[in-house]
Amino acid sequence: MSTDDLETDLTRNTENAPRELLTRSFFFLCAALSVVTTLSIVGLLITEASKFFTLTASLMGVTGETASIVDFLTGTTWQIHSQEFGVLALVSATLMVTIGSAVIALPLGVATAIYLSEYASAQARSVLKPALEILAGVPTVVYGFFALIYITPALEVVFPDIGTFNMLSASIVVGIMIIPMVASISEDAMSAVPDELRQAGYGMGATKFDVSTGIVVPAALSGIFSSFILAISRAIGETMAVTVAAGAQAKFLNPLNPASYLEGALPMTAAMVQLLTGDITGGGLAYRSLFAIGLVLFVITLIMNVISDYVSRRYREAY
Amino acid sequence: MNGTEDPTNDEMLVETDVSDGLSASANSVSRDAETVISSENINVWYGDDHALTDITMDIPENSVTAMIGPSGCGKSTFLRCINRMNDLIDVARVEGRLTLRGKNVYDDDVDPVALRRRVGMVFQKPNPFPKSIYENVVYGLKIQGIDADYDEVVEESLKRAALWDEVKDRLHESGLDLSGGQQQRLCIARAIATDPEVLLMDEPASALDPVATSQIEDLVEELAEDYTVVIVTHNMQQAARISDKTAVFLTGGELVEFDDTQKIFENPDSQRVEDYITGKFG
Repeated sequence: MSTDDLETDLTRNTENAPRELLTRSFFFLCAALSVVTTLSIVGLLITEASKFFTLTASLMGVTGETASIVDFLTGTTWQIHSQEFGVLALVSATLMVTIGSAVIALPLGVATAIYLSEYASAQARSVLKPALEILAGVPTVVYGFFALIYITPALEVVFPDIGTFNMLSASIVVGIMIIPMVASISEDAMSAVPDELRQAGYGMGATKFDVSTGIVVPAALSGIFSSFILAISRAIGETMAVTVAAGAQAKFLNPLNPASYLEGALPMTAAMVQLLTGDITGGGLAYRSLFAIGLVLFVITLIMNVISDYVSRRYREAY
Repeated sequence: MNGTEDPTNDEMLVETDVSDGLSASANSVSRDAETVISSENINVWYGDDHALTDITMDIPENSVTAMIGPSGCGKSTFLRCINRMNDLIDVARVEGRLTLRGKNVYDDDVDPVALRRRVGMVFQKPNPFPKSIYENVVYGLKIQGIDADYDEVVEESLKRAALWDEVKDRLHESGLDLSGGQQQRLCIARAIATDPEVLLMDEPASALDPVATSQIEDLVEELAEDYTVVIVTHNMQQAARISDKTAVFLTGGELVEFDDTQKIFENPDSQRVEDYITGKFG
């Protein structure tokens, strides 16, 4: 190759520059879109919610929103007709679905992950993994009427005085819904545990059970915790299934009392659906309360995200 | 702290109570070179690949037996036959007899878990658990349900592994924070904490720097006073330095020569072994 050829080869190709700029801008716009959308939603939530708090403050006959915000966040009665907006009635119901579904999904999900990662033959895995994915792909409204039509009647056999709408069947169905999430993320974390650690365990005379529970699970803890947080966030935000199964009557219940789960209540998401689908006037107080609930929900899921981030950093193992 | 004197030993290896050869071992504490492991026509296949062919050898007590040979000659595979780690590989198939103190470890009534409790293993790459140094050492005691003074066992095992002075003030820090050489000594401490009879070492120094390697070599020689050590190495000088007996495996998975280390390195019977030792091939 002559020096001339080399010269031409190394010269910057200016023809490509406009195309580079164009593609670069296009991808930037795509990325920016999600940021802009998120910020707009947050902005809308905050402005509309503050209007709600101003209105309720004037109803209470006070100036400034502090009193009405405190009233909203600490009130335990949610009664739109009598203009009582105590969000704790809704938060307690959401908390119940979250606790109830976590109690079901976390142990089952981790056990499934252990089986898939440590015990299952390639054949068993090839059946189970797609089945889990299908479970994750079922429309949530289907889960809702599954709860109403099958789970609740089954529960009636055990608890005769259970309501048609009850937190137990809502919790069970949301639990089933989030099992695939716990199982698949936990399994990824367990599969990533280096085989040397298993070998070390077996070499010490450990049984498969010792290795799975004493070595693999602790080593994969950061991933397992992340799966918990993500699944819990999903349970908090779950809408259709709880709208169908949990009930339509807001009621403050103690989430730590097992008997509460036999009653129906109104989780935050279901309350929002109710407000949207009911005949409420556009500018009214009830309509504005929608945004206040939305804001609370947003803050809760945001906190979960922050916790998830912290946990996965804190427990990350470098092998 | 000698495993052979534990009265429950026979039950540990054999699921049902049919301990024939093993019961004799409880009485044999003599110092002469008694055979601990005896291999008779061991063949191993990985799928269709015949990895080891008719390996027959006797490994003596309280000594270091080295296995050398080029990559892929089957030396590690043979090591993993002794504690049945090959069971964990789906496609591996082992035929032949391999006895530990007269008991064939491939008999149907032998529980590989119990076998591995009597035959400890140290791997090529240091593999401490992501737990504290202390927890690493007591791991075997915990899973085996051995009731002992853990603090004492930790101190004694770490001292024997020549690691105690370096870690005694940070026993509850993660084992992963140690250097590579320290991690490997921790793995040795972990393996000897339960006092196995035999210690298998699969190229234990190959991932380490020269200083750490020499520490491990000194350690191996010391351990041979109480344990039967079988060590795989690709480093011939290492085999010459530390072993009493040497087995030379050559390509094709055969054991070409097995004799006293001095004989192998100074005057081997086989021309192939001599060529290998002198670096003409491999």
